[in-house]
Amino acid sequence: MVAPAQESPPRPLGLLAELTHRCPLGCPYCSNPLDLDARADELDTATWARVMREAAALGVLQVHLSGGEPGARRDLEHIVAAAREAGLYTNLITAGVGISTARLAALAAAGLDHVQVSIQDSEAASADCIAGYDGAFARKRALAGDVVRLKLPLTVNAVIHRANIERVGAMIDLALALGAGRVEIAHAQYYGWALKNRAALMPAREQVGRAIAVVEAMRETHRGAIVIDSVVPDYYARYPKPCVGGWGRRSLNVTPSGVVLPCHAAATIPGLDFWNVREYALADIWTSSPAFNAFRGTDWMVEPCASCARRSVDFGGCRCQALALTGDARAADPVCHLSPHHAGLAELARSDADAAYVYRRI
Amino acid sequence: MQEPSAPDIAPDARPRLPRGVRLVHNAAQGGWVLLAPERIFRPDAVALAILQRCTGAATFAAIVDDLAVEFTAPRQRIGADVATLLRSLADKKLLEL
Repeated sequence: MVAPAQESPPRPLGLLAELTHRCPLGCPYCSNPLDLDARADELDTATWARVMREAAALGVLQVHLSGGEPGARRDLEHIVAAAREAGLYTNLITAGVGISTARLAALAAAGLDHVQVSIQDSEAASADCIAGYDGAFARKRALAGDVVRLKLPLTVNAVIHRANIERVGAMIDLALALGAGRVEIAHAQYYGWALKNRAALMPAREQVGRAIAVVEAMRETHRGAIVIDSVVPDYYARYPKPCVGGWGRRSLNVTPSGVVLPCHAAATIPGLDFWNVREYALADIWTSSPAFNAFRGTDWMVEPCASCARRSVDFGGCRCQALALTGDARAADPVCHLSPHHAGLAELARSDADAAYVYRRI
Repeated sequence: MQEPSAPDIAPDARPRLPRGVRLVHNAAQGGWVLLAPERIFRPDAVALAILQRCTGAATFAAIVDDLAVEFTAPRQRIGADVATLLRSLADKKLLEL
């Protein structure tokens, strides 16, 4: 038996700061939980500044300022400045609606390193329909223009699903036209609102195959012009993803109300004891909170994971997906072909019928 | 002369890290890291020596001269290695040439 994991957890590289759950958009694939935090429960500026200092001391290198829409926080400039002062690389993840030209300039002056803006489609009408917000597409284009004029690096994030998957190439070209140096082609992952909307979002296997081929070809033709990163759809895969690089190994999430999670969806797992930054120092939470140690390393595993040669490669896949699809968070992620639930997963993806979106709303 | 397989980089190019890419030393992570948009790289000793010279001040030719002395290696081989790394970094948007 190796030493217990909690004696020497690796140091985290990234911190996802969910500054608020408020957002003007209603994207049906949102990774936020169904039970959203209210504004009154959000951490204040001083607490976020302390979290940034504690994160840097713990070894975190990059902070991803997200939400919800982080621009909904009036103190965003102060949080950016506190993060930079602590030595962190600051990444703003925005819906691109509601951050004015002057506000973006103030964020850049506060030390913002990078901006990621989401787009919902390459066509305005479809994009606005997916976002549940008329005019969102035009406003995102305007924000992207502001980012480029300020000479900040820009990433375009496109979540891919049934309504836009046939235009994956057009979305990469749009990112290039907007002046992005990087584009993320992120096939929807089915948690939170996306799980609720899975029937309306899941593309067909043939569509996924075509989209992957388009992205691979464009990665070659666009080499040097734009970096194309992709998150592959996992329902049709044979091996699971090493979710968040392994539980409690590389990253942590702080929710708007201060709860520290190993990943977006971890709070869906019943029985885990999550600690809050209002009560504990971040380093103590990382090393000692029961939730972070629940699935750290490999000791928690059951078969087929426990004796698997890949157990330290993919860490059994995703705990939240295992729970959502098998009812047991310790089970192998059913994306894995060795899971007894794997055949049922493909069937689940295939048999989903058309359905209307349930828009994400507080 | 560079080896035929090495990418062509102008001798007077002045490579530099673009805005949003920072080379920092982090004690908690045990060394140098290159921070970029939503990516983190850990340069090895050779890549670090090259990156530390990509300040926008030194030319490609001067960087190769400097490294050939530091590593006491043939200038041609160093030139090819540096060109290959710089092109690879530029393709990843981690460097401007």
